[in-house]
Amino acid sequence: MSGGCEPTTSVGTASMAQTITKSRGAREPVTGTALSSRKKRPFLVDIYSTAVGKKYAMAISGIALMGFVLFHMIGNLKMYYGAYELNNYAAFLKELLYPLAPKGAVLWILRGGLLAMLVLHLHAAWSLTVMNRQARPVQYQSPRDYEVANFASRTMRYSGMIVFSFLVWHLLDLTFGVVNTVGTEGEFVREEVYQNVVRSFDRWPVAAFYILANLLLGIHLRHGAWSLFQSLGWNNPRFNAWRWAFATGFSLVVVIGNISFPIAVLAGIVKV
Amino acid sequence: MSTVLNAKVPDGELRDKWDNYKADAKLVNPNNKRKFKVIVVGTGLAGASAAATLAELGYQVDAFTFHDSARRAHSIAAQGGINAAKNYQGDGDSINRLFVDTIKGGDFRSRESNVHRLAQVSVDIIDQMVAQGVPFAREYGGMLDNRSFGGAQVSRTFYARGQTGQQLLLGAYQQLSRQVGLGGVRLFNRTELVDIVVIDGRCSGIVVRDLLTGEITSHAAHAVVMATGGYGNVFFLSTNAMNCNVTAAWRAHRRGAMFANPCYTQIHPTCIPQSDESQSKLTLMSESLRNDGRVWVPKNADDSRSAEQIPESERDYYLERLYPSYGNLAPRDISSRAAKRLVDKGHGVGPLKNGVNLDFSAAIARLGRDVVEERYGNLFQMYERIAGEDPYKTPMRIYPATHYTMGGLWVDYELGTTVPGLYAAGEANFSDHGANRLGASALMQGLADGYFVLPYTISNGLAPLLNKPVPTTDHPAFVQAETEARERFNGYLNIKGTRSPDWFHRELGKIIWDYCGMERTQQGLEKALSELPALYSEFKKDLRVTGTGESINQTLEKAGRVDDFFQLGMLMCRDALDREESCGAHFRSEYQTDDGEALRNDEEFCHVSAYKWTGDPMAAELNKEQLVYETAHLATRSYK
Amino acid sequence: MNQLTNLKLKVWRQAGPETKGHFESYTVDKVSDEASFLEMLDQLNERLISEGKEAIVFDHDCREGICGTCSLMINGRAHGPQRATTTCQLHMRTFKSGDEIVIEPWRAAAFPIIKDLMVDRASFDRIVEAGGFITAPTGGAPDANLILVPKPVADAAMDSAACIGCGACVAACPNGAANLFTGAKISHLNVLPQGQSERYKRAEAMVHAMDDQFGSCTNHGECSAACPKEISLDVIAMMNSDFRKSKSKNRKALSRG
Repeated sequence: MSGGCEPTTSVGTASMAQTITKSRGAREPVTGTALSSRKKRPFLVDIYSTAVGKKYAMAISGIALMGFVLFHMIGNLKMYYGAYELNNYAAFLKELLYPLAPKGAVLWILRGGLLAMLVLHLHAAWSLTVMNRQARPVQYQSPRDYEVANFASRTMRYSGMIVFSFLVWHLLDLTFGVVNTVGTEGEFVREEVYQNVVRSFDRWPVAAFYILANLLLGIHLRHGAWSLFQSLGWNNPRFNAWRWAFATGFSLVVVIGNISFPIAVLAGIVKV
Repeated sequence: MSTVLNAKVPDGELRDKWDNYKADAKLVNPNNKRKFKVIVVGTGLAGASAAATLAELGYQVDAFTFHDSARRAHSIAAQGGINAAKNYQGDGDSINRLFVDTIKGGDFRSRESNVHRLAQVSVDIIDQMVAQGVPFAREYGGMLDNRSFGGAQVSRTFYARGQTGQQLLLGAYQQLSRQVGLGGVRLFNRTELVDIVVIDGRCSGIVVRDLLTGEITSHAAHAVVMATGGYGNVFFLSTNAMNCNVTAAWRAHRRGAMFANPCYTQIHPTCIPQSDESQSKLTLMSESLRNDGRVWVPKNADDSRSAEQIPESERDYYLERLYPSYGNLAPRDISSRAAKRLVDKGHGVGPLKNGVNLDFSAAIARLGRDVVEERYGNLFQMYERIAGEDPYKTPMRIYPATHYTMGGLWVDYELGTTVPGLYAAGEANFSDHGANRLGASALMQGLADGYFVLPYTISNGLAPLLNKPVPTTDHPAFVQAETEARERFNGYLNIKGTRSPDWFHRELGKIIWDYCGMERTQQGLEKALSELPALYSEFKKDLRVTGTGESINQTLEKAGRVDDFFQLGMLMCRDALDREESCGAHFRSEYQTDDGEALRNDEEFCHVSAYKWTGDPMAAELNKEQLVYETAHLATRSYK
Repeated sequence: MNQLTNLKLKVWRQAGPETKGHFESYTVDKVSDEASFLEMLDQLNERLISEGKEAIVFDHDCREGICGTCSLMINGRAHGPQRATTTCQLHMRTFKSGDEIVIEPWRAAAFPIIKDLMVDRASFDRIVEAGGFITAPTGGAPDANLILVPKPVADAAMDSAACIGCGACVAACPNGAANLFTGAKISHLNVLPQGQSERYKRAEAMVHAMDDQFGSCTNHGECSAACPKEISLDVIAMMNSDFRKSKSKNRKALSRG
């Protein structure tokens, strides 16, 4: 018993494919396909269980991460005012809302939030990718001729993975100093943000990796910043053209700002 | 000897008949409805609407379609619109006027009571379809828009761009899908009817073939509805979809259902002319184009200049010249014949000189390109894709092609065939269009039958059967029908001749088109009747079907359908030969007026010809249902 | 009318759902450029039959671009190279003599191959059965003009309702997602006044039915580019928005009930 018109026994199960004509037995007619009711689950779990819900998660976490990269870039512009300004800004972040909140508390809350958003972004991306692979278990056997899917949209998961690995390096480099061992006294001093940055970018392979990663970040942002409107359903045919302008503008600002740092260091404009 | 055909027309004034019928009809108690099983074959407008409605009422419904989905039926291709006597435009329309127009359009060869009922329920159809979300065209104020159509002097046609059929079918399909989802309907897709089973004089079920596995199974029911469409594909080249066929109706005919007026086949005036020999089908351009397009040919025969080079004074706007009051909106049969005559005389346009111009330059000048695009944009696009010419710049080339078949299974007022328990709806029956169908009336009839007629008449037929046992599929008659069907399909595979089913179909189509097409003569029909049996016996000897019967085999499907088309073709020609008059779409050259119009013979032929199967389509038994006109007055059609 | 010569076809042949398929090469010596793509395949099939071979199985019906039965991945594009055109409306004048044409069935888990180039798209029907309708049992409808629908709304509904259910969106989508199909039906019914009572129930049920069978949308836009009816990506945004609202609105409705 099976058939091309089998009722969706697959509803709610992991199997995506519908079963189709096997030689044994008669095909069954289709009927009662809308009768099964879904399990009741808590709101967020329920919505996140669907692909559309996971795309909301992608979009919302994406917005948070976009906010982070934008303000991170803006904050780092202080580099151009010199070591005092940048280091002072770093210290200010630690004392955000102090004395209302204990020192470092707000920063940790923000970090926690960002980390949660990052994990959510990664988890949603991962599970959607798995779902998409299952949705086409047998690939096309001849080359595809894409009409509009562009480099950015088709490389999201790769640009994302590279940006993520860059992020890990970046933290090891400038936050934990694991790969940035040269400090004032020959050891890494976390508070000397300005000096750490300059010393790190003085090594050209680091600067090159940084630039590459930021270019990929830009590509990732360009598709992501457009896409989030679509995923969240914030859409109005009148403003659709602006979505592209916004995405392009946003990613350009972030990328140009970020890339200016290593270039400035390498060009000797910013130095210790 | 002939059977007396009882049309079961209810008593009373014409306008009261349907109300009287409904008042007297027997009902089935809601709790008892689930004890009845109804089979609906076909899921086009008529089938889907009937299946959905019967399931809503509570009957167990099994629906069958040979398509992959119920949304594919050829109703989907109707472009122009659907008529309804709503009089929303306040231009003098009424139920009576729609009735009169339909009777007159059908050239007084349809049954008054059925046509009047059609006009009556037409208004309910629009209400129903709007409630289901069909996005009909609207005025800015939000009210429904109308356009006019061939054969009518009022604007009563509702439309959804150039995709009215699609939108109506999707409406019916969605309603059917809802019932499938709820378990009210069991849907069998990719399953083709191969026989019906009659036990003790009553239709007890059907035998079907699963197209994917080749398996043949039986299904028993209290009533069977055939909503299986028309047989226009007997011509091979027609505007019908490739898979449209007569098999279901023909198999019913072979089991005792009479086949009525097979020779009434409609030729649609606005199709894209054939472009080369290998063409597989013709594409229709909606008749609504005639609202704004002007039809013309060059005044000089064999004028090979392009349309733009021909000055106004050398153009013959022949429809406006010959039929001043209807002009470009003259009914289909009349416009078609006028085109054929001019093309035959050498006035044709295009590379093969096989079309006439449908010119929009005047409309574009008057209304602007935007308005024309708004009204016909998708049709123009479609034309450009097929013909490779831009109709905004050069006139469209059009030519008539087979489009619709008014003939079909004979049904009474209840849409019951001559086999009790077997009903026919939509294009599959012969009921409402007489010898010629008006534009935008096919959608109306399909939905009327499915939504508003069958649910009443089937209840009336089922009520007396409550709690009486019906035969099951292990009855010998089912077993025998299954065996015959298996033998038939194995037979095609075992001929192992040299010609494909398509080759035979093409040859069959040529004969039918040449001798039983737009103009028919005694001589031609006799020739066809002598050629057809020869070709048919060659088919039986020289057919080649490759592959097997155990998995999907489109060649094998086609073989079965062509077989039935052969038999139908013979009956068609016989009927056309027998009807010694010209009426509507049936034009016998011997019977025309001095100025070339159809000459009816009401004395001898004011009847429905219903044929009973005798084992040989050439020798089917003719039965006549006299048509009595109590309200409409028999008159010569004039569209001048 | 010109003749195209020496077309090299690579056609996917597969005997059944569970057998392994392969590309088979055929040469079409001569075909008219007025012929449609499917007529070219018809002619090839005629030849195969005359050679005693089994004809290539492919879905097709109306051949005027409205029934949605035809499919085919032609040279890596759903419905072939011409925009806004179904395979059946594609004409050979789009190709040149000597061209290689690769024809593959549509591939998605939800569209299992039946044979050769024919796939089963019943999964679309499951989505419609879940909620792609307005509940309006026959007989109870009010007069049609009692429901006023502003022209722009009717036009928007019609734009979405133009979907022919061919599955090109799924075939073209790198993820095998059916968001354009589902979004089109949801948008058609959800913008109309008649569709409001079931608006959120519909969005929720249809998205779940879609989710169970198809991949997810990553906003490539391939679906809309492949769509023979050029349905806009906006329908997906509307679906996403209505689904989000449905999750809260339907819960509220349930807690009242």
